[in-house]
This record gives sequence, structure tokens and C-alpha cells, in this order.
Amino acid sequence: MATEILMPALSPTMEEGTLAKWLVKEGDEVKAGDILAEIETDKATMEFEAVDEGTIGKILIEEGTEGVKVNTAIAMLLDEGESADDLPEPSAAPKASSDDSEDAEKSAPAKAKSAAPAEDAPQPDRSPDWPEGTELRQQTVREALRDAMAEEMRNDSTVFVMGEEVAEYQGAYKITQGLLDEFGAKRVIDTPITEHGFAGIGVGASWGGLRPIVEFMTWNFAMQAIDQIINSAAKTLYMSGGQMGSPIVFRGPNGAAARVAAQHSQDYAAWYAQIPGLRVVMPYSASDAKGLLKTAIRDPNPVVFLENEILYGKSFDVPVMDDFTVPFGKARVWREGGDVTIVSFGIGMTYALEAAEKLAADGVEAEVIDLRTLRPIDYDTVLASVQKTNRCVTVEEGWPVGSIGNHISSVIMQRAFDYLDAPVVNVTGKDVPMPYAANLERHALTSVDEVIEAVNQVTYR
Amino acid sequence: MAARKTQAKPNVSADELKQYYRDMLLIRRFEEKAGQLYGMGLIGGFCHLYIGQEAVVVGLEAAAEEGDKRITTYRDHGHMLACGMDPKGVMAELTGREGGYSKGKGGSMHMFSRDKHFYGGHGIVGANVPLGAGLAFADKYLENGRVTFTYFGDGAANQGQVYETFNMAALWNLPVIFVIENNQYAMGTSQKRSTSTPEIHTRGEAFGIPGESVDGMDVLAVRDAGKKAVEHCRSGKGPYILEIKTYRYRGHSMSDPAKYRTREEVQKIREEKDAIEHVRDLLLQGKHATEDDLKAIDKEIKQIVNESADFAKESPEPALDELWTDIYADVAPQNA
Ligand SMILES: Cc1ncc(C[n+]2csc(CCOP(=O)(O)OP(=O)(O)O)c2C)c(N)n1
Ligand SMILES: [Mg+2]
Repeated sequence: MATEILMPALSPTMEEGTLAKWLVKEGDEVKAGDILAEIETDKATMEFEAVDEGTIGKILIEEGTEGVKVNTAIAMLLDEGESADDLPEPSAAPKASSDDSEDAEKSAPAKAKSAAPAEDAPQPDRSPDWPEGTELRQQTVREALRDAMAEEMRNDSTVFVMGEEVAEYQGAYKITQGLLDEFGAKRVIDTPITEHGFAGIGVGASWGGLRPIVEFMTWNFAMQAIDQIINSAAKTLYMSGGQMGSPIVFRGPNGAAARVAAQHSQDYAAWYAQIPGLRVVMPYSASDAKGLLKTAIRDPNPVVFLENEILYGKSFDVPVMDDFTVPFGKARVWREGGDVTIVSFGIGMTYALEAAEKLAADGVEAEVIDLRTLRPIDYDTVLASVQKTNRCVTVEEGWPVGSIGNHISSVIMQRAFDYLDAPVVNVTGKDVPMPYAANLERHALTSVDEVIEAVNQVTYR
Repeated sequence: MAARKTQAKPNVSADELKQYYRDMLLIRRFEEKAGQLYGMGLIGGFCHLYIGQEAVVVGLEAAAEEGDKRITTYRDHGHMLACGMDPKGVMAELTGREGGYSKGKGGSMHMFSRDKHFYGGHGIVGANVPLGAGLAFADKYLENGRVTFTYFGDGAANQGQVYETFNMAALWNLPVIFVIENNQYAMGTSQKRSTSTPEIHTRGEAFGIPGESVDGMDVLAVRDAGKKAVEHCRSGKGPYILEIKTYRYRGHSMSDPAKYRTREEVQKIREEKDAIEHVRDLLLQGKHATEDDLKAIDKEIKQIVNESADFAKESPEPALDELWTDIYADVAPQNA
């Protein structure tokens, strides 16, 4: 059967070109590799070769024609025994656009519409994190993190921890306390101060069949290593066509501690949440710290696990179970309420929960949602809540521009616009580097009062 | 640390010796006071004391000329005092007050003085090394004959950017002295647990940078090595490495469990190698000063330090408006 010879794309960005010159004429026999024509793009003139053998039946585009769209049929190639007279009319040129563009135009708004609320009611997973009646005990976030690592190290001999001061010093923030004693120096490894270097060694080890846990003394220092986290860990699975995943956990304290000033106080939640290929976890409670870290260690993907120094010493109920894990992408509703939705995560939850309590005393019932993971994000839980309360405030300590709150607002606007009775308000840290002075630092961070103020704003009180 | 060779007749005048004594003592007393204020909750966050290492900066400042630059890490109080910054402004920054060098916004680790050519005060280990070479790059470019002292620790010497910097500094002949303050520990990690080859001063060899190891508990040895390095840089021969063997008596910062070394180890060095005691001995033995002279100096220093502490307590907290200032510059900084 006759085949169409199509206008080729000669560069990744070429959309159309000039058919400068035919080097064959109708009736010529050609075989693969013969030069058929010269084609000019905005960047160069290129020769265009035949990929099949056959006879040039008909030339459809005259030489000298400009603006020939890529994929337009420019000639017909006849098989053996065919004649040009048998040829059907060529499909209307340009082929690509005739087939696809109209559809594309039609389908774009249709798609947007299908994302509108009513047809697409969110279906949040409301299952409890542990079975009812499970024994609970109080644990600090610090202990919970340590237990998660120890349990996974007992279960899987390929899991190891490395970082600065994780072994003999027992961790700069004592998260790895006792691990050296139990697992020995082969699996609990002190590194020199060389974040870029050991992050890269960790990623390489993950490709080599191990499951590294790389501790950064704080995430601020991981800026030295961010190239390995993003370019090596996050992107390699994709670039290798799915062959080379990086099962690695990067963890450590993130965000402001107390009085350690601008270079030691940054919140990286929004930065890492932007990166496809990463999973990003930012727990608030001890049970989440434990359950999510265990999930992180088992996950076949690179996980950025953002802890918080101020939360390390805080105690919460943790279920006593043989193997307690918390799945990624499932938010936790800490408090139900019908008047306003407060969405937060990590240390932001301390402001959110305290504000909710004060608001309740004032007769305003807030529903408080802890996202727990920022990639993936559990949009359904947020949307279902906003469809109920019609108002939303987000809370985080990070900077306001390009924040997680901005992103949540945009999703709510797109998927629950008709449900909103007020614009979503983002409560964030101030748009300044973290100051050292005690009074300025207090102001740079967010506060319970600011959350309450934001709730008043969205409830028009 | 090499055993001290107490020179019978050091090439130093009585006045110089007294000056070094004063300068080192000022740092020590200042740091002791800072430790107290930290204990009282007046200083927050991280606070890294320089006690034990005083001879390093005092010796090198004695080799510097007006206009030479310095840049260091978070362990920076000594460097600031040694280059002539006002103890009041330094202490008030430690307490986070308006009268501090950064108006209270930088804290212990992030202080600067263009006036004194002190370029910080940096919290990220290793990051100040290329910055220091950059200052030297500017000096070379501007042909102003200045030299930059770039200080960093034995731990920092393992950061990759240090070697990227060595290469460029040598390649471009930058007038920078890389001062490695080898106090043998990076937080709780001893040098031998972090460093493949212990002779850090040889690490420039691959780049063609000369280096030497110096007894950092001997202010005169430091000064002499500094002079040699300065001469090398200023004459256009490019960078120089000084690995100065020193020791910190206190913890890494204020919350240091100190389990990584023994009390005896610290005690032994304090007793046998202390840099201030060394100069004190030289002064007395050489009859350059009497006990009374030294007491007078002690008294004077104590007063300076107490005044700085009073200032740091009385200076008000920064106004809340300061939260929003200094984020963008309206005018480009002047050439230093
Ligand atoms: C990039 C980076 N990683 C880790 C830290 C945490 N940290 C602060 S000081 C320090 C030890 C540095 O030791 P060294 O370079 O020997 O200097 P010293 O403290 O002994 O003066 C570490 C690991 C940091 N500030 N920056
Ligand atoms: Mg050190």
C-alpha cells in the first residue's frame, strides 16, 4: 500500500519549515538512505532521507513552499506494482493538526469542567491510623524516630544510617541514640563534614542495593547536598526509564529552632514539595513520626523527611504494635468542626491546634487537618472539609511566596470554588531572613494570634 | 602539637609581647563572660567559644597590615576582637540587641564590620572558604595589594568546596591565606576519625599551594608563619596554607556533652601549653614586665569586658520595624 512521506521535524523545537528543494522526481526509485529533499528550518538546512524503499508516486508539496507544518504529507511512496493512478486523495494537510488540534481544543475546557466539585466529590480515606483499643504509650518524637529506625534496621540488614555525629556522639539532636551500640559501626556511620559528598555516596549505595538513611544535622546544611538530592536521587528513576530507583531517606530537623538566626532556621517544605520524584514528609506527632519514617525507609523512592527540633521533645500517644506504619498521602483530621478548615503540617500544627482551642471557647468550631505528607498531598481530605466549612486557613512557618499554603489555595480554588464563602488565607512566616534577636524572631515566625486573626477574616467576624 | 621550643631570645619587643598578652587575655575574658551571659539566658542559640585558640588570631593579626581582610566561621568572637572591633558591639550582638554589630539580627555566628575588614561570621561549615578567595579575587582585580585571611576548621577542611577553591585560588594566583585552625575536633569528631591523612597543610600540594604546620599555642610562631605567608601572597605568588595546631578548651558550643575526649586531655594542654601563660612567662622571665604590670593589664581587661557586658544588657532590643529592614539594598556597597 502507498505510504505518505511526512514533513520531518529536524529539531526538538521545529514546528514548520521550508521545503527548499526536491532531489527526486515522480517515478524515481528510492531506497532507504537516499536523499529526498532539502528542508530549511529557522536554524539550518538539512537533508531529508528516505527511510523505506519504493517509487516516488506523487509529489504533494512543491519545492520552495514555506511554512510546511511538521507531519504534513509531502509525497507519496508507492510499493512495488502500485501506480500513481491508484492513489487515493491524500489526507488533508497538515495531518497532525487536522487530527489532534481540534480535539485538543475541545477537550481542554471539558477536562477543566470535569474537575469541578459536584461531579468529582472528594473521597477521603477516613480509616483510623491504628485499630481501636490498641494500647498506647507516651513517647517523644525523638524516641519515636529512633524506634522507627531501629525497628527497620532489625528487619532489614540493608538499612543503615550515616551522617555527621550520628554514631559516637549519638546524634547532634540525639535521634540516633543507642543505634551504634545495637547495630555497630558498619551500619551507624559517622561521616566527615561533607554533605554533598555523603549525600552522593548515599544515593550511590541506594543504587547498589542498600537502603540508606542519611541524616543531615539540619536541613540547612543539606543545601550543600541539594544537587545530589534532586539531580541524582529524585530524577534518576525517570531518566533511566524506570530502571534505577533510589530507595533512600534523607532526614533531619527542618525550620526554625530557637535563636539560631538566618542560616540555621530555614523551612524547606515548599522547596522539596516542588520536586517530582521525591516524597516529602513533615510529621507533627510522635506516632506520625514513627509510622511515616518506617514507611519512608521501606519506600522505593527518595524521601525527604522534615523533622523539627522544637517538636523532638514533645510527647504524644504512640500505639504499641509490632509493626505500626502510616501511609503516605493520607492527612489526619485532628479535630472536627463545621465553621472553618485549618490546614497545616509539621510544627504549624502547634499553632493550628492551639488556635482551634481558643476559637472553640469563642464558639467557632475549626476542623484541623494535618497534611503529614506534602508529596503526595491528600487533597481529598482538604476538599471534603472545605466543602463542609466553606472557609479555609492554611498555617506554616515557611516563607509566604510559593508556599504550601499558596498551592493548597490554588487547588481549592480550582476544585471547590463554588463552595468558598471567603478567599483562603495563608498564615506563614514573615518574608524576611530569620533574625537573631529574641523579639524579632518571635515576630518573624507565625503565631496563634495570627491564625485566629485569619480565621476571623475568613469568617467575617 | 609540637613541643614548645621556648626561645631564649625571641625576636620580639617588650611592647609587642605585652600587646599580644593583652589581646589574648581580652579574648579569653570576653569569652568567659559570654559563657556566663549564656548561662544567664542573655545569649541564645549557638555560641562557640574561642578559649584556648587565642594565639592563632592574635599572632596572625600581628602579621596583617591595615586594609587586609579576614573571614571566618561561627567561632568568630576572637577574630573580631583581635582585628579591633569594639567588644561592646560584639557582646551586644551576642545578646541580640540594637547596639550589636548586626543590630541584633545576626547573633553570635553572623557579625560583620566593613570598617575593620571583617567579613563574618559564617554558619555553614566550609562556605566561607570560597567567599574568602572571592575577597582575594577582588583585591587582585583591584590591584590594591591586600591579603585575605580565610579561617576554617579541621572539620571544614573536608568540605568539597574547599578543594574547588584551592584549585581556583592557585590557578588565579589569589592573595589568600588559608588558615586551618586545627583544634583536633569537629564537634565530637576527632580529626583522626574524619580525615584520611592527618597532615592537612599538605592538602594544597596537588594544586601547587605551599603549606606549613604551625604551633598554634605559641603566638610568636604563629606571627612568624603569618608574616611569611603574607609576604608570599603580597609578592604575587598566590595562596598559602597555614595549618595551625591549636586546641579548644571549651565544648564545641554551649551544649556539648564532651564525651569524645577526656578531662585529662584538656587539663594537660591547659597546664602545659596554654598560649597566654606562655607569653606571661616570656614577659616575666625576660623582665619585660613585673607581676604588678600584668595585674594592671588584667584589671584593665576585666573592666573592658565588664563594660561590654553592661552595654550588652542595657542596649535595648531592636525595634520591631527592624524585622523588615536590610532585606534589599538601595545602594550597592562601597568597595572595601
Ligand atoms: C554545612 C554544615 N554542616 C554541618 C554544620 C554543623 N556544624 C557546625 S560546626 C561543626 C564542626 C566544625 O568543626 P571544625 O571545622 O573543626 O571547626 P571548629 O568548630 O572546631 O572550630 C559542624 C559539624 C554546619 N554548621 N554546616
Ligand atoms: Mg575543629
